Amino acid sequence: MKELLRRYGLTLTISFIVIVAFWLLVLVILPYIYLFEASFRLYLPIDQVNGPNDVYTLSNYSTFFVTPIHRWVFLLTIVYSSAVAAISFVVAYPLAYYLSKVATNKIVPTLFLIIMIPLWVSEILRSFAWFIILSLKGPLNFALVGLGIIEEPIRWISGFQSVIIGLVYTYVLFMLFPLYNAIQSLDTNQIEAAGDLGAPWWKIHWRVILPHAKPGIASGSVMVFMLSAGSILVPSLLGSTNSRWFTEIIQQWMFESQDWNTGSAYAFLLLLLCTGFVSLVMRLFRVSLSDIAR
Amino acid sequence: MSATVELDRVSADFGSFRAVDKVSVTIGAGEFFSFLGPSGCGKTTILRMVSGFIAPSEGHIRIGGEDMDGIRPNKRPTVLIFQNLALFPLMPVWENVSFSLEMRGVDKAARRARAEELLKIVDLPGAGNKMISQLSGGQKQRVAIARALAVEPKVMLLDEPLSALDLKLRQHMRAELRAIQKRTNVTFIYITHDQGEALAMSDRVAVMSQGRLQQVAKPEDIYNNPSNGFVASFVGENNVFDGRIIASQTTTARFETDLGVFEAAFNTPPSSDQKLRLYVRPEYARLVSTAPEASNAIAVTISDISFEGNFINIHATTDQGRVLTVETRNDGSSDIPETGSRRYFTFDAQRARILADETQAAHS
Repeated sequence: MKELLRRYGLTLTISFIVIVAFWLLVLVILPYIYLFEASFRLYLPIDQVNGPNDVYTLSNYSTFFVTPIHRWVFLLTIVYSSAVAAISFVVAYPLAYYLSKVATNKIVPTLFLIIMIPLWVSEILRSFAWFIILSLKGPLNFALVGLGIIEEPIRWISGFQSVIIGLVYTYVLFMLFPLYNAIQSLDTNQIEAAGDLGAPWWKIHWRVILPHAKPGIASGSVMVFMLSAGSILVPSLLGSTNSRWFTEIIQQWMFESQDWNTGSAYAFLLLLLCTGFVSLVMRLFRVSLSDIAR
Repeated sequence: MSATVELDRVSADFGSFRAVDKVSVTIGAGEFFSFLGPSGCGKTTILRMVSGFIAPSEGHIRIGGEDMDGIRPNKRPTVLIFQNLALFPLMPVWENVSFSLEMRGVDKAARRARAEELLKIVDLPGAGNKMISQLSGGQKQRVAIARALAVEPKVMLLDEPLSALDLKLRQHMRAELRAIQKRTNVTFIYITHDQGEALAMSDRVAVMSQGRLQQVAKPEDIYNNPSNGFVASFVGENNVFDGRIIASQTTTARFETDLGVFEAAFNTPPSSDQKLRLYVRPEYARLVSTAPEASNAIAVTISDISFEGNFINIHATTDQGRVLTVETRNDGSSDIPETGSRRYFTFDAQRARILADETQAAHS
């Protein structure tokens, strides 16, 4: 604080604090409080708001538990979000290992640049790009048929597969960076020592690198999982007629039924249940929050 | 079990930089052999080539007569103890020790038993269930040795493993390492920049500079008969005098310096245009009150006396302002002059050496 004052003077310091406080309070905290409060109230006709029927109730929350289709969609969302996290790990781990232990210092910045460039394009545009790539007469099918790998074009946008592809593509970097950091911090001598003691490459990964990278795997998985489960853009753009994401139900409540109360309740349920699921999985793999923060 | 290690004109290039230049040496089976040199002299590169982490740019490495070209570290009969030990912090001690057995598919009970045996050898019985972070520096050292012994290597490679320990422990571990080596009869190749370690433990020492071997000899020969100026000044202290030879016999020469003409041992053939210097070790020099009859004497004033415990360093300044050092044992028998008194700095011709700077030509 003193340092801030010394550097920027009184006026600038106060403006910084006011701007940050405004952002935090008005744009983050207040909307949450508003939604949280709304989630415990009934969706009533406008003339009954603040009337005798406007009481606090848990009925918005219980709607979820008594609607089987919503429970089912939630379960699918969790299962497929876990799949997205798992696939992201499989994709990101070899790359993270290569970047942190194999690639020379000269080439790493270039590789990171190549990895980052797609992030400069907005998520909507990238999802639309995938929509085109995956479409029945799109470039992917064209290439696969042209190369003779498949006979007939595949209907990629069906079921959850296009959503999973889109989510992996969108969030894989959130797996890559924690993994890269974790593997980077491993002493290369340990990898060499394991090899010197007779370990084949896959056992070096299994016994030395993966255990060391566990906190990175955990924080990457949590991030990819939470972002995927909370994503609305990718599931609605790349979803097919038979894929339903939980966020789409929240959106329906809010924008199609105009029922912000139940919508808020569902949003908080998503947060709560996902947090519960994540803590459960973390306990299962014996990772603690402090490991992740390491 | 042990094996010879033969380096046959081995070189290592990193880009345009030659880290190791045509090094040839044969290390005997069961020998404790040290590579001694300043950092960046190429000694670690040699070790990494023997263990298989780096392939030589030129030349061959043979272990037990077998060419190691193209054989990966995990298939060589060597094991490397890293400078930072590289123990696995997420495994308990016993899993660290028996890691190589686990890789060979030995079952858990047998691994446990063998780990306990090895921990006894390194004097750490019962430590198997501890985690690495619970051990002291010296204990970690022992675990690293036990882990290496589990491989039953023919050649053990050690990369300055004692450098992180404090002085007392380091001296203790020197004796310990030497004892383990004698007991197991494994060929030890030891890398260090610490002359004390190299001289105290080794059967033979190779002194290196700038990727080249300067001298390979027994510790006492390295110290007493250094082959060149680099070896003389890297191993031990010296009073060094620039000058030139004015007359030479078979084993001695007369050497003219700006402090006078001295007689000293000389057996390097006068090679090309190399600079020659006269080296006198402080413990071979004496301070006397009357000028000796032999020629080797310089009039000096005692300028400083520094008490080092078991010995005393006396600094004496010549009339020209050069500071010379004489080392005297603190055994009560030597006469310690007072600061400011006049003396003569003198030494035996046989104990002083005229040496060229460095072995420039590569061994081939």
